[in-house]
Amino acid sequence: MTFQELENIRKSAKEALAVRLGGAPTDEYKYHVLVCGGTGCHSTGCQAVAEELEKAIADSGLKNSVKLLQTGCMGACQLGPVVMVYPGAYHYCSVQPGDIADIVNDHLKNDKIVERLCYRNAAGELQATLPEMDFFKKQHKISLRNCGLIDPVSFEEYLAVDGFAALAKVLNEMTPQQVIDEIKNSGLRGRGGAGFPTGLKWQFMADQEADQKYVICNGDEGDPGAFMDNAVLTGDPYSVIEAMAICGYATGASKGYAYIRLEYPLAIKNFKKALEVSYEKGMLGKNIMGTDFSFDIEIREGAGAFVCGEETALMASTEGKRGEPRPRPPFPAVSGLFGKPSTINNVETWANICPIILKGAEWYAGIGVGKSKGTKVFALAGKVVNSGLVEVPMGITLREVVEEIGGGIADGKQFKAAQTGGPSGGCIPADHLDASLDYETLASLGSIVGSGGLIVVDESTCMVDLAKFYLGFTQEESCGKCTPCRLGTKRMLEIIERITKGLGREGDIELLEELAYNIKQSALCGLGQTAPNPVLSTLKYYRHEYEAHIKDKTCPVGVCKIRGAKRATS
Amino acid sequence: MGAECNCNCQSEMDKKVDALITENRGNPNNLIVVMAGIQEALGYLPQDVMIRVAEELNVPLTDVYGVATFYAAFTLRPRGRHSINLCLGTACYVKGAPEVQAAIEKELNIKAGDTTEDRRFTFDVVRCLGACGIAPVMTINGEVHPRVTPDKVADVLAKYE
Repeated sequence: MTFQELENIRKSAKEALAVRLGGAPTDEYKYHVLVCGGTGCHSTGCQAVAEELEKAIADSGLKNSVKLLQTGCMGACQLGPVVMVYPGAYHYCSVQPGDIADIVNDHLKNDKIVERLCYRNAAGELQATLPEMDFFKKQHKISLRNCGLIDPVSFEEYLAVDGFAALAKVLNEMTPQQVIDEIKNSGLRGRGGAGFPTGLKWQFMADQEADQKYVICNGDEGDPGAFMDNAVLTGDPYSVIEAMAICGYATGASKGYAYIRLEYPLAIKNFKKALEVSYEKGMLGKNIMGTDFSFDIEIREGAGAFVCGEETALMASTEGKRGEPRPRPPFPAVSGLFGKPSTINNVETWANICPIILKGAEWYAGIGVGKSKGTKVFALAGKVVNSGLVEVPMGITLREVVEEIGGGIADGKQFKAAQTGGPSGGCIPADHLDASLDYETLASLGSIVGSGGLIVVDESTCMVDLAKFYLGFTQEESCGKCTPCRLGTKRMLEIIERITKGLGREGDIELLEELAYNIKQSALCGLGQTAPNPVLSTLKYYRHEYEAHIKDKTCPVGVCKIRGAKRATS
Repeated sequence: MGAECNCNCQSEMDKKVDALITENRGNPNNLIVVMAGIQEALGYLPQDVMIRVAEELNVPLTDVYGVATFYAAFTLRPRGRHSINLCLGTACYVKGAPEVQAAIEKELNIKAGDTTEDRRFTFDVVRCLGACGIAPVMTINGEVHPRVTPDKVADVLAKYE
């Protein structure tokens, strides 16, 4: 397909999608009805809702005036199954098959919204459309821009939202170095956790001479409590494919691997389909869009190991080996997959590339704060009223996310802490609710942005128990290659387990700290280096809870099963 | 193995395994792909098949065994008819997954990681299924059960014979 052919299809695709992009309905379809197909909605029964809708629309003779489709995650997972009706972006929550008759008869036939299915905030105010909802008001969607808006595997719908325009632009108008400079100037940093400047990473690989280079998509999202990569891979797979091809062009690579964890079957299915179509349409393969640039992508399904999210471990796994990290240098940009220069980026990072190419580095760098540019997706979960995926400009405060977007703490309880960054991160206590969510501020508080898990806990959570949970996780997921991680985390876990059973001893806290610092300094890879963080950060802010377990043999919130001790009530 | 057998004893599953191994003969890079295919077809990795994989893909047997024991997707023992995965990610954990785990273990009289004696269920705990909004979550044969509580466990399990 040539540039011109692509633009011709895009024109008609845009018209077909106009109503969802804020335009007027086309003659063809008066309404577009979207059923959310994210994991959350799937498990609360969106499939039955979609089937019932299809039947009811057909029975009412509306088949020719209503377009029905299933999208990726719309974000508000707590409210699923979600059905959206355009024009107007009416957001119906917790829809059951029994509610379909009302949506069809009232809304689709008589243009009257079904109020009882619309969202109401805590104050009871009706917020019927997506832009009105508190959950979406402060959000700014860049990497999630297409999730929940388009049919994830439809090539035409992807074109309608400027899909493959960025690839066409770089192939047509830009040199590889110009592409890299654009990414550098945008200030985009890796969204997988470490926050390394993406453009710089690309530059390192471009500077290498080699007969073969590789581009890798890290879709092994294993942080407990983070699910944005799942949403992008499932809901907008073409955007990752397009971005990988752009990187291939910029860095001189001809082959890409998309490593996706096996716990995400829907993501694998949609990504596979999108790959197939991309080849069919000539967006991948030989001589893309008639140019002399060729690029291939292959899927690698993970086999279930948290450590495979670490870049050198992921590459070992892609080569068919145990996913064990190796020391760096050499860095992947010099010697990576199969010993060749490789660039590896996280799914969310990839999802930011096309908008930067199309709208420019300056636009992107204008969002965010300090050295943290752009937006970040947080997987908001735990004891908040509204959990789900939220994409916000960097620099928004924790309070805004928890109270305004998340709707505050559920069940009338008190906020206790926000755990960010998963097992590599730490806890932020209530005193720091007004902290800005960006790489530097979170680091100064002893936590990290990480992959973007944001678990809110209330007063009924014991922080020693929470630290035990994370340590148990990393201990179990340690690959065992280096001693500090394999044995160090084991010893730490033993001490914490003893403390939570009421068998803690004087000196345990100091011993934990000593082990923690040693492991941080000597472990081979990021997993081990960050494994002690949940312990250190809970010790920093909630030391008194450890002391209560050790000295008074009591769990202040009554979570830990301390035998023979009196339970304090909260 | 396989190739010398002239009778019609080969099942569809064995044919799948044969095809998979033949396709990837001499290609050690595809070890995990092959093993995942075998795991899917047979439900576990029998010892004789692992030996064959080692020979035909040209990978030392110790590495095949190393991979088989490294990844959560692989198991060396036959599994039950129904596979229960309870999520123990953070969101599920703080919303009560440990109590659900206790309820399942009590109901089935096995510990996480085990298979019931009648091979009806295999029960595993997994880390984050990426559905934190509906925590605690468990899947049975891939079918997702949201917001599970200990008193719902018996009813959910009863649906799988």
